[in-house]
Amino acid sequence: MTLVEVLQGLFTDYTIRTVALGSATLGIVSGALGCFAVLRRQSLLGDAISHTALPGVALAFLLTGSRLPLVLLAGAALSGWLGTLTVMAVVRRSRIKTDSALGMVLAVFFGFGLVLMTYVQRTPEAGKAGLDKFLFGQASTLMSADVWTMGVIGAIALALLFLFWKEFKLLAFDQEFGTSMGFPMRVIDILLTTLLVAAIVIGLQTVGVVLMSAMVVAPAAAARQWTDRLGLMLVLSSVFGAVAGVSGALLSSLTERLPTGPTIVLCVSAIVLISLLFAPNRGLVYNWLRSFRQKRDLALDAVLLDLLELAGQHESLRHPHTVATLQSMNGRPRGVPRTLDELKRLGWAEAPAPGLWHLTDKGESKATRRFSELGSVR
Amino acid sequence: MTLSPDNALEVRDLTMAYRDKPVLWDIDLTVPKGILMAIVGPNGAGKTTLIKAILSLHKPAAGQVRIFGKAYERQRRLVGYVPQRGSVDWDFPTSVLDVVMMGRYGSLGWLKRPGRSDRQLAMEALEKVAMDRFAPRQISQLSGGQQQRVFLARALVQQADLYFMDEPFQGVDAKTERAIIDILKELRSTGKTVVAVHHDLQTVPEYFDWVTLLNVRCIASGPVSDVFTEKNLRTAYGGRVAFKSQSAASDTTAEV
Repeated sequence: MTLVEVLQGLFTDYTIRTVALGSATLGIVSGALGCFAVLRRQSLLGDAISHTALPGVALAFLLTGSRLPLVLLAGAALSGWLGTLTVMAVVRRSRIKTDSALGMVLAVFFGFGLVLMTYVQRTPEAGKAGLDKFLFGQASTLMSADVWTMGVIGAIALALLFLFWKEFKLLAFDQEFGTSMGFPMRVIDILLTTLLVAAIVIGLQTVGVVLMSAMVVAPAAAARQWTDRLGLMLVLSSVFGAVAGVSGALLSSLTERLPTGPTIVLCVSAIVLISLLFAPNRGLVYNWLRSFRQKRDLALDAVLLDLLELAGQHESLRHPHTVATLQSMNGRPRGVPRTLDELKRLGWAEAPAPGLWHLTDKGESKATRRFSELGSVR
Repeated sequence: MTLSPDNALEVRDLTMAYRDKPVLWDIDLTVPKGILMAIVGPNGAGKTTLIKAILSLHKPAAGQVRIFGKAYERQRRLVGYVPQRGSVDWDFPTSVLDVVMMGRYGSLGWLKRPGRSDRQLAMEALEKVAMDRFAPRQISQLSGGQQQRVFLARALVQQADLYFMDEPFQGVDAKTERAIIDILKELRSTGKTVVAVHHDLQTVPEYFDWVTLLNVRCIASGPVSDVFTEKNLRTAYGGRVAFKSQSAASDTTAEV
């Protein structure tokens, strides 16, 4: 299939539409909930939840023999939720810090999950179960029943997020202040974590447990680059999640045996990279340009003020001065010729003869203004 | 214990331990209405812990707290809180106005969103702390003193009768300190009570009416003129303080 055919397929082809809808749903929900995880510095929690969900998937299948998405996802959610509560309990009741607790619980649950998966693979009905897609994700196996399940769970999670917006914001910004006002912040914490579990669980089949945490962290981290408003950050993060989800899922469906999870993660990484580099205010390129401009302005000011000072020592503003004089006055003499060319371009200084410079009228008024601005500082 | 609603705050036998080490030991406090009280004491004396224990943010091992004669749980609406400004992430994506509005959440209760009247209260509070120009500003662009003013405004919109402030003067310049103390005095003039953790012994007599000297135990608590004495300070700070003592206790100044 070519790209054009795929894009046409979005509207006509049942499979492509199902895959796109499913991955858009997971991108939107994990993008939105991921914002809170990132802002609360709980990015690793997503990793723990997705990994601890694995034994739940296998157990749900072993116990019920069912392949219904709702059953498998319920197992995943229960297991992920248990894992998260274990982490919280370990942190609260011992002196072990969050990162160590996450690491331990994640390893134990994930290890147990892998053992169970291996066992399931050996049973006769394993081939039909297709549980292996939960490891690295396979969007092309999405059925409309899967997408319905994902959509309903995701819609409930987003509705609750909207309903408890104020409480969640309070939790993320200043938990103790919330407690002092009488809000049961631990209950709110568990509710928000439960929603995060839901967001992660609906992405497991498509992205897989190994890389699902990227869909929680990456869109939110990218969105934070572009805005200073929580609401807008959530919207952007959802859009980034959806775009990465759909493009990754479609790319992997186009190619044989390309696992969906890694493809989606590569797409979202591209978004993160662009955001890190080019976002205004926070982007690296933006900051680089800003500091470059500041340096240039400082260099211009220095030479401009030196020219003004020299002009003050002579009768006429037009008395020319050598580059060497200006260089001796400057902290960065090697940059002086380039700065003089720049001043000429701006019309603030001119060179009546090569190597000889003086201010123009425009340059003098500019320099006088800068001098009075800096007067209090100098 | 005396349960008088005339007292803003009464604490009896409050004890807290961290593992085996006591952090607060058998604290008794009685704070009348309408005063400004400083809690002073050396590092590790348990000043912040005391405030957090009173506010039920820490669970004490023993003891009772009464706010205007009743348990704190029933009087939350009467209490405002200014935490240390270092306790939150100032890079959080939100605006100054939004942070101040959080002070209204307690009165709003569950699910309800702040409305126009809450917004107006928040703007008035920001005017009081001279930060109204900064209302739409992202909070990461604030200086330390401005952050402190925003936290104070957030407490003001709680419209409480008793305020707890954890080091409201920490790391602010003289101008902000002046502005904050003016607001505290204005609160007092409207009958409010303020309990603040304070570090600068020099300014205690000037800023506060009452003082509690704390070092795990409550060394002394009462009107500044009665308890802010060289002897009590020596007990609290373990003789590590140099004094320029004068005859009257109220004139006592201390330098660390």
